[in-house]
Amino acid sequence: MKTVRIGSGAGYSGDRIEPAVELAEKGDIQYLGFECLAERTIALAQQEKMKNPAAGYDPLLEPRMRAVLAICKSKGIKIITNMGAANPGAAAAKTAEIAKKLGINGLKIAAVTGDDVLDVCKQGDFALLEIEGRVGDLGNRILSANAYLGAEPIAQALAAGADVVITGRVGDPALFLAPLIREFGWAMDDWDHLGKGAVVGHLLECTGQITGGYFADPDYKDVPGLARLGFPIGEVSEDGSLVITKVPGSGGAVTAATCKEQLLYEVHDPANYVQPDVVADFSQVKIQEIGPDRVRVEGGRGKPRTETLKVSVGYIDSYIGEGQISYAGPGAPRRGRLALEIVRERLKLTGVQTNEIRFDLIGVDSLHGAKLAEGNEPYEVRIRVVGRTDSLAEAVRIGNEVETLYTNGPAGGGGAAKSAREVVAVASVLLPRDLAKPTIKYVEV
Amino acid sequence: MKLREIAHSRTGDKGNTSNISVIAYDQRYYPLLREQVTAERVKALFAGIVHGGVVRYELPNIGALNFVMQQALGGGVTRSLALDAHRKSLSSALLDLDIEDLSKSEDA
Repeated sequence: MKTVRIGSGAGYSGDRIEPAVELAEKGDIQYLGFECLAERTIALAQQEKMKNPAAGYDPLLEPRMRAVLAICKSKGIKIITNMGAANPGAAAAKTAEIAKKLGINGLKIAAVTGDDVLDVCKQGDFALLEIEGRVGDLGNRILSANAYLGAEPIAQALAAGADVVITGRVGDPALFLAPLIREFGWAMDDWDHLGKGAVVGHLLECTGQITGGYFADPDYKDVPGLARLGFPIGEVSEDGSLVITKVPGSGGAVTAATCKEQLLYEVHDPANYVQPDVVADFSQVKIQEIGPDRVRVEGGRGKPRTETLKVSVGYIDSYIGEGQISYAGPGAPRRGRLALEIVRERLKLTGVQTNEIRFDLIGVDSLHGAKLAEGNEPYEVRIRVVGRTDSLAEAVRIGNEVETLYTNGPAGGGGAAKSAREVVAVASVLLPRDLAKPTIKYVEV
Repeated sequence: MKLREIAHSRTGDKGNTSNISVIAYDQRYYPLLREQVTAERVKALFAGIVHGGVVRYELPNIGALNFVMQQALGGGVTRSLALDAHRKSLSSALLDLDIEDLSKSEDA
């Protein structure tokens, strides 16, 4: 049975680069995917693009391409990535420029666009899912609207001979489903195979999270070599079954347990995992260790895709101001609590306007609240006061009040830090899928 | 005993919804998870953090449960004021849940 080996070279924008190089050099792979877009990344990239029309793609595109482009070209490994963010065209041009500088010839780079549906969303005034209201209610605070495109345009670009495919927003698993469609000739209504391919993509897209990253818990779940964690390889068969493995000698571990944790990561109803190309069903998946760092995954299924595409709408939500300061030694938690009370009173006295505010004692109750923290008194604590405001100027005042604890607060406070920032948030709408029209453009070097 | 002795867990986030998997180290512990780690217990544990409903999905093939918790991320990861805006650390709190080892109590 025909198999294809796909490596996963980035699970988020800032991910490590050397494991991707290791995959390209020693992974015996035919495809290398880089997933680099978190929920709000495109909105932030859109802000960059508004300042500079040649910007708006992933800030690490250049070092990543420099690191892997020549190896991939020499070994015939195709690169698929959403590092195009808000500007896949500019990302493709930049990649071509890097290829030229590296002396690479005969490289075909595809830029997939059409995910930008801001105008359509404004015209349609669709309802927002996570917050109340409609697109129009966001007024001039709206920054971006990007539909999660599917694997089809990526597969088309591969079929047209692209060596590198750069997209904006696509469903993360689509980066890995696309080469399977290309290699195995799966039809776009072959729901069962597309469902199995979605399992492959879902397991690979967070890189190290399936090879022992985000897993270690000393004495319970020990993982060797996390500083040189190997990224995953999916060895996929034509029937859609899969073996997850990694480069021999790299750090980390691929076990049934690491694969199970990743199978359910960011999944809601496992029988209905909605992707642009298919509604995947993970509920019957079986996971079995078949050798050292080799885990077999099978039993994924699929159902017809939905009539809508999810769209992430980026908008300026509010401003957040924050201040922190630490206390240590005997009585530290009591001095921390006193500090919080002082800031609470100061913000009231000086009339700082907030819509929402938190007073945390880091080391005690900042993560899970007071109830779960009961009875545990630490040696050192750090107070954190954070509030949401309608303007940056108002946000600045919160951190300032925490900083004044140096000379006006409890004894022994140290290490104050403050910040104020604009909050670009994301909400979703469901868009009739015909309203997003993928387009592919090519650059050749 | 603590849930941590028989299961491992990972938290994921999407919008304002958090999901936590609870996975048996050994398939033989799965019935114990199914019986004792209920949606009601999880909702009670996270009262004050999770403001919406908690739904439990069962995955017997891999010996796992998946808890989906609505209105759990302070309005959404991208706007939350929380230090851990993704609430990725919730899985560690869940593993501190007390589990009654039924086989042992029968022996005694």
